[in-house]
Amino acid sequence: MIKDTVKQALQDLFPDPEPVVEEPVAQEADGEEAGDSKKKAKKKEEPRANGVLERDHAKYGCDLDVQLEPGELLATVMILDKASFFLESITGVDWIKEDQLEVVYDFSRYDFEICRVVIRTRTPRSTPLVPTISKIFPGANWHERETHDFFGIKFDGHPHLVPLLLPEDADFHPLLKDFKP
Amino acid sequence: MSGPIRIQPGETFTLNVGPQHPATHGVLRVKMEMDGEYIVKAETVLGYIHRMHELMGENRPYPKVLPNLSRLDYLGAMGYTHGHVLAVERAAGIEVPERAEYIRVITVELNRVASHLFWFGAFVMDLGGFTPLMYALQDREHILDALEGITGSRLTYCYFRFGGLCNDIDDEFIARTRALIPRMRKSLKKYEALVTGNIIFRKRLEEIGPISPEMCRKYGATGPVARGSGIDFDIRKNEPYSVYPEFDFDVPVYHECDSMARYKVRMDEMEQSLRIIEQGLDKLPDGPIMPKRKPKLIKPPKGDYYQAVETARGSFGIRLVSDGTKNAYRFKLRSPTYSNMSLFDEACEGMMIMDALALMGSLDLVIPEIDR
Amino acid sequence: MSLTIFNTVMAVVIAIAFAAANAAYLVWAERRGAGRIQRRPGPNVNGPFGLLQPPADGIKLMTKQLMIPAGADKALFMVAPVLAMAPAIVSFVTIPFSDTIVAHSMNIGVLMIFAFASLGTMAILLAGWGSRNKYGVMASVRAVSQNISYEIPMLITVITIVMMTGTMDLKEIVTAQSGGLLNWNIVPSLSSPLMPVAFLIFFICSLAETNRAPFDLGEAEAELVAGFHMEYGSMGFGLFFMGEYANIVIGASLITILFLGGWGCPLGLYPGVWWFLLKIYLVIFTFIWIRWTFPRTTIYGLLNLSWKILIPISLFNLLLTAGLLKVF
Repeated sequence: MIKDTVKQALQDLFPDPEPVVEEPVAQEADGEEAGDSKKKAKKKEEPRANGVLERDHAKYGCDLDVQLEPGELLATVMILDKASFFLESITGVDWIKEDQLEVVYDFSRYDFEICRVVIRTRTPRSTPLVPTISKIFPGANWHERETHDFFGIKFDGHPHLVPLLLPEDADFHPLLKDFKP
Repeated sequence: MSGPIRIQPGETFTLNVGPQHPATHGVLRVKMEMDGEYIVKAETVLGYIHRMHELMGENRPYPKVLPNLSRLDYLGAMGYTHGHVLAVERAAGIEVPERAEYIRVITVELNRVASHLFWFGAFVMDLGGFTPLMYALQDREHILDALEGITGSRLTYCYFRFGGLCNDIDDEFIARTRALIPRMRKSLKKYEALVTGNIIFRKRLEEIGPISPEMCRKYGATGPVARGSGIDFDIRKNEPYSVYPEFDFDVPVYHECDSMARYKVRMDEMEQSLRIIEQGLDKLPDGPIMPKRKPKLIKPPKGDYYQAVETARGSFGIRLVSDGTKNAYRFKLRSPTYSNMSLFDEACEGMMIMDALALMGSLDLVIPEIDR
Repeated sequence: MSLTIFNTVMAVVIAIAFAAANAAYLVWAERRGAGRIQRRPGPNVNGPFGLLQPPADGIKLMTKQLMIPAGADKALFMVAPVLAMAPAIVSFVTIPFSDTIVAHSMNIGVLMIFAFASLGTMAILLAGWGSRNKYGVMASVRAVSQNISYEIPMLITVITIVMMTGTMDLKEIVTAQSGGLLNWNIVPSLSSPLMPVAFLIFFICSLAETNRAPFDLGEAEAELVAGFHMEYGSMGFGLFFMGEYANIVIGASLITILFLGGWGCPLGLYPGVWWFLLKIYLVIFTFIWIRWTFPRTTIYGLLNLSWKILIPISLFNLLLTAGLLKVF
């Protein structure tokens, strides 16, 4: 099982060998929602602790969900590279309430035993800085540039961090939640 | 002047291919550093048709985003809307009736054939053969007519709804689709005879534009590009969604890694799609096309959802971050050609411009889909 | 004397008129033919069968403004289209349509036509260079290397025929082939068993010389956009366009004269200009047919074909024919 081996390899990275178990809290159903959507909330109210989570693929569309510090990113991605994962996409999420920007990396494998791995890392909103993984996955080059366009997240060591989709002189980041067009 | 004129060894010039160029099929620009006919270095410049669909997905309720998805890829729009409805259904936990799933698969596959047909014509035109485009467009017209009858639009469909479809198919659609399958099969044979066996065509594609499996992995290439490099990867098989597991079809894989392999993958895929359509029409169950119980207001619970589908161009993914309100908190579109195109800069280095543009054609680019 | 001058002038005028009319109506034929091949009507609105389309196009082109791009070499830019059309027209002067219809017969007709055909390359070079466009320059470089490589096998093949007939006069070359199909140069004979191959070489070379698909690398619209005439509009473009078709007529005429027996009937009956016209239009139709069927070759594929296949074969044919002529 590729999922287990990868999970084991990833867990070794974290100093706390205790596997983090997902404890989904039942969402207090919003009144008008029917029973259908009485789903488990993924995030607890307090920010999630770093670690590896195993997820239900049918529900979330991913198998492993890893949250880590930006410093651990490169080591993690190298593990995935060795396990012949490919990079699906990189994106950001602006958690403005927590004053943090999240960078989300999607990995998958060319395999019938599909194993989608999501790597999340958070960086402060004022000085968003994440190491680049374009040395390991050259395909990350464009994805990181796009994320820089939209969120202003700086990728440390990126060879060519200029706007890709936005105009060359763009100084705004449209997907930040406080962006006013 | 005395003595012969020598060309300096390091002398290059910059050639701007695009934003307006026949081979880029849209507003894509590739800055090529040329040494005569050879490309020394290429840099792709994007964003000429960037419309920020991701922000539009965040600042309006889920149902209002539905039409946006088909504006991504105007050739294979159905597959993209399929991905979107599946993602929201997964997030909000909406059940889809079986009949709706079957009709979705049939229309998506029809659209895939139409998209591949257009690609086929445009690709051969990139190589200088104009006639196959006309033939391919005529065949595509029948598919578009059939789809127009039930969806009301020819290219930018908004046919799927969360939970089902907006419109049931009628007998006319079924009759048209049934008539279409043998005609398409005949056409595919004709294309085989007219194009695939042509000596010039083969010389221009075979062993040209190599993309190794390792390169595919590093750049995250999917779809026919990966399958032309010997990677057996099709979301429909590898990570089945909708009712695809109930269909009997093959995933064509070629190991040559050249432009010809990518061409053959797409040509074979059309036949496989026809098989799926045929089976879908045979198995089509009766029943409703919308679920009985469906939330009036789509409000997926808090969470982070990912849904991948196989579109005509590769694996399309939607990452939906919901904060429990009627708008998505984050609406990320992972477009396949974005990743496929990103390998072009590396792949075309050292190639001649003719071969590089043949390689670009074999990637099946739709620019609005790259730029989103 | 004055009558001779008058005759010559008239003949030249008629040749020019023939060239221009052909160039215009071949565009129509090409578009109708393409339409036929592609299951669509083609131009059919202006006049019966769209026959008024060429004049309409001509008027449109003439009324447009000729733009000269900033930074272009003005003199070269203006000269190039004229240079594309003029040699093509001049070549018509020496082409014999029948044993009586020829504007000016000369005993080195073959040489003259090839000399003028080479000038056509000059037009492409000047157009690409003068318009100061990178695509244009690339196209002209391509066109020059292409024309040089294809003139060699073409001329070698012609030398073979000149050796067989012992003359450079086009009229006499045709006369040598008179008397039916079996005397035509395309048919292998004892002294020249490889003539069908030579015909094929000559045919391919004329396609390449006239920059027709699949050898239209100079204008390769998919990668060089329109190549050397990218910056031309108005009648500048029109002249290039007409020059191309005039060149096609010359190419077809040469094929007919050198290989297909000129104005002779396949059965040896009723020789005359009608046979000549029938044959050149058949050859031209083949040109059109090929253009709309094949994709374009690559530049290296094209050069490889010439230097590695056509030139050795044509040289071999020349040697073989020379040897066999000595024997028989």
